Amino acid sequence: MGALLEINNLNVHFALADGDVHAVKDASLVINEGECLGVVGESGSGKSQLFLAAFGLLAANGRAAGSVRYRGEEILGASPQRLNRLRGGAVTMIFQDPLTSLTPHMKVGAQITEALMVHRNIPRTAARQKAREMLDYVRIPESARRLNQYPHELSGGMRQRVMIAMATITGPDLIIADEPTTALDVTVQAQILEILRALKTDRKTAIAMVSHDMGVIAGLADRVQVMRFGQIVESGTADEIFYAPKADYTRMLLDAIPKANETPAPAGAIGTPLLTVDDLKVSFPVKDGLFGKTRQLRAVDGISFTLHQGETLGVVGESGCGKSTLARAVLQLLPKTGGRVVWLGRDLDAATGSDIRKLREDFQIVFQDPLASLDPRMPVGVSIAEPLKSLESQLSRQALRERVRTMMQRVGLDPAWINRYPHELSGGQNQRVGLARAMIVGPKMLVCDEAVSALDVSIQAQIVELIRDLQAQSQLALIFISHDLSVVRRLSHRVMVLYLGRVVELAPSAALYTDPHHPYTRALLSAVLSPDPRAERAKKRELLTGDLPSPLDPRAQLTFLKSRQNEPDYRPKLEQIAPNHWVAEHD
Amino acid sequence: MIATGQTLKAVEEVKGRSLWVDARRRLFQNRAAMTSIVILALIALLALLAPLLSPFAYDEVNYDIIACAPNWWPAEASCRAAGHIFGTDAVGRDLFVRVLFGARVSLAVGLVATLVSLVIGVMYGATAGYLGGRADTLMMRLVDVLYSLPFVFFVIILMVIFDRNFILLFVAIGAVEWLTMARIVRGQTLSIKQKEFIEAARAGGVSPLAIITRHIIPNVVGPVMVYVTLTVPGVILTESFLSFLGLGIQEPLTSWGVLISDGADQMETAPWMLLFPASFMAVTLFCFNFVGDGLRDALDPKDR
Repeated sequence: MGALLEINNLNVHFALADGDVHAVKDASLVINEGECLGVVGESGSGKSQLFLAAFGLLAANGRAAGSVRYRGEEILGASPQRLNRLRGGAVTMIFQDPLTSLTPHMKVGAQITEALMVHRNIPRTAARQKAREMLDYVRIPESARRLNQYPHELSGGMRQRVMIAMATITGPDLIIADEPTTALDVTVQAQILEILRALKTDRKTAIAMVSHDMGVIAGLADRVQVMRFGQIVESGTADEIFYAPKADYTRMLLDAIPKANETPAPAGAIGTPLLTVDDLKVSFPVKDGLFGKTRQLRAVDGISFTLHQGETLGVVGESGCGKSTLARAVLQLLPKTGGRVVWLGRDLDAATGSDIRKLREDFQIVFQDPLASLDPRMPVGVSIAEPLKSLESQLSRQALRERVRTMMQRVGLDPAWINRYPHELSGGQNQRVGLARAMIVGPKMLVCDEAVSALDVSIQAQIVELIRDLQAQSQLALIFISHDLSVVRRLSHRVMVLYLGRVVELAPSAALYTDPHHPYTRALLSAVLSPDPRAERAKKRELLTGDLPSPLDPRAQLTFLKSRQNEPDYRPKLEQIAPNHWVAEHD
Repeated sequence: MIATGQTLKAVEEVKGRSLWVDARRRLFQNRAAMTSIVILALIALLALLAPLLSPFAYDEVNYDIIACAPNWWPAEASCRAAGHIFGTDAVGRDLFVRVLFGARVSLAVGLVATLVSLVIGVMYGATAGYLGGRADTLMMRLVDVLYSLPFVFFVIILMVIFDRNFILLFVAIGAVEWLTMARIVRGQTLSIKQKEFIEAARAGGVSPLAIITRHIIPNVVGPVMVYVTLTVPGVILTESFLSFLGLGIQEPLTSWGVLISDGADQMETAPWMLLFPASFMAVTLFCFNFVGDGLRDALDPKDR
């Protein structure tokens, strides 16, 4: 086995308005034939730029220096013609966002065959045949029909599979996969990783796997390199890195990951019921074409639960399961179509608009994207003060400022930053601002809608810790929404699993994680990746096949209850199988 | 010393660098835009100081020097008038002063009409966009109806009913320009309304009016400012078009449009009568466009 790609002392600089940024510093690495190299690092570590630079894909203001050898041939600074022959032929790439990396106006088939016709000079019909085989290989059902579809007609996971098909069809020696599963749901992520694993074992394709997620790397990589601030801080075999990390940073990264066997230790005692949600329904009208019939998309389709003081309810499910809609309907940010929301014994249906504005002191929300949820034109201090200003308008400017400063300290922000703008802070700091804004009015309930999903793992751990502290201090009730089961486990007393707008399982945290009953919960749990290469390699997965069915399909609810499939209006009932452990009917 | 300075800084509140400050810095670095701003300021200053700069009054008629060229005019001319650096017009008035007085009117019409359209358009558009649904549909259909009224016809009717009047010009032009502004602001509002920080404000109990004034309007100011700098030249052109048709400013007051219209009649015998007002107007329009372009780049560097 010879070295396929050899990078020596690669340096990448970017010329920015604020000066020169040294994005990659003296990075060296080797990828052998048929081997998978994992490159791990948090955002801004230069891991993506390293590979973009190696294949001449840097942005116009970037410069690369050093040596990059592909099969012994120096390719850094090679002619664009040479690089074009290499890229897409012997070396292919898969990017994070499968929607933006496919051309929207070209049919899937045409895009897949394009690379083949350019690089392998194969006639169209043969290329199409090959494309079909490739789609079958990446397990896309009904491959013949898919060839004639446009990218927007496919789901995210399907598109990423098309990307893999495109990257594999020319029979490359090396695939560079840059965060290939980051934008996808856990169950889809597991499917994609399965395909990449197959590529490596059956086709002996070398893979450079770039990711921020140690779990993704664990099951696939033979060797791992850890990057930080543009430097490679540690490299070694997967077992060395995961079981005997030497660098402090590697150890910190590994510690920050919630372990699958970590015992949940929610803070505080559980008090009286605060919120009761009864058969809540939210649907959105969806129109078929200009004159088509309007159908109802049932985003939340009859969810009931109770939340107590000081309790954390974890809400888990994949994208499109209605977890965000549920949160917004509970907080009266979206109109519901049915059911009741009762807050402290008061039915919110009866409350007027201004009543609800006053009640917002009691329930607050933290959003997923820390930057998007702050007004870019407002200093963070003003953003934090805003709910206080509207809800306690009698406060003087001085008192307001004092409250903001105290709150900033409580969430671990320097009060001196009161006049800073969101674009001057990091993602983690902005999320602290979001938390401060939600907590400043002293709410009784806080909804965290994927509040840590957009953050790096080390920051994620800090924010989770902060939320737990805030909860312990003020007997806060939490609804913690996430697609990430391991994060939810860290915080929650009870966990509710949603599938297409309905609860499939609701149980105390310990019971749900150790003794899941519903097949969907089991599939979700088995898709969770752990930073343990041996366990990951050995793991037998309960994979869901195919995609999430469309919520517009009336029979979608019965995916796990096939025996009732001929009664499309039937909804699986929740049954109590143990104290407080509810499971939806399934076959 | 340095150490103490740093600790002091840490205690004091850090001054934030707002998006506006960033945009201003980028604008100041744009040479074409800055040159244009300087030229526009110069023209505005000249217009303001016009009576001080010349010994002649703008309505001072002198039948001895009808349509005379300036002294330095290089080509053949029937007569030359000393002291009139731009020459004189068809009734012997000093063209230099008249061009500057024309600048007063043209710039005033441009700025005031734009301001009128700005205020109405932003309020109307932001409200329609934020309310959405039926209110939005109703408000925007009204805009569509107003759009379809023929503009010149509308001005003529106004003139007939209210007689010719300086103020009427502002009203007429403003009444048409705000329609486009309202559409632009509505579109921007619709996209900003989807952003999470608006939802965050709603969750924080902020009232709808406060959301429009505190969150939506500051965030649409960028595109609106760009559109404003492109509206001003548009309005100036409209005014000159109306004056050209004889519907605008009345003698002895003048505007660039009137001067150009007069000059066009004498183009062959007295080309300076067309040349000077036309070049002033052209330079002004050019500069406004450059400023608009510079602002666009400064406010939205991603789209460059």
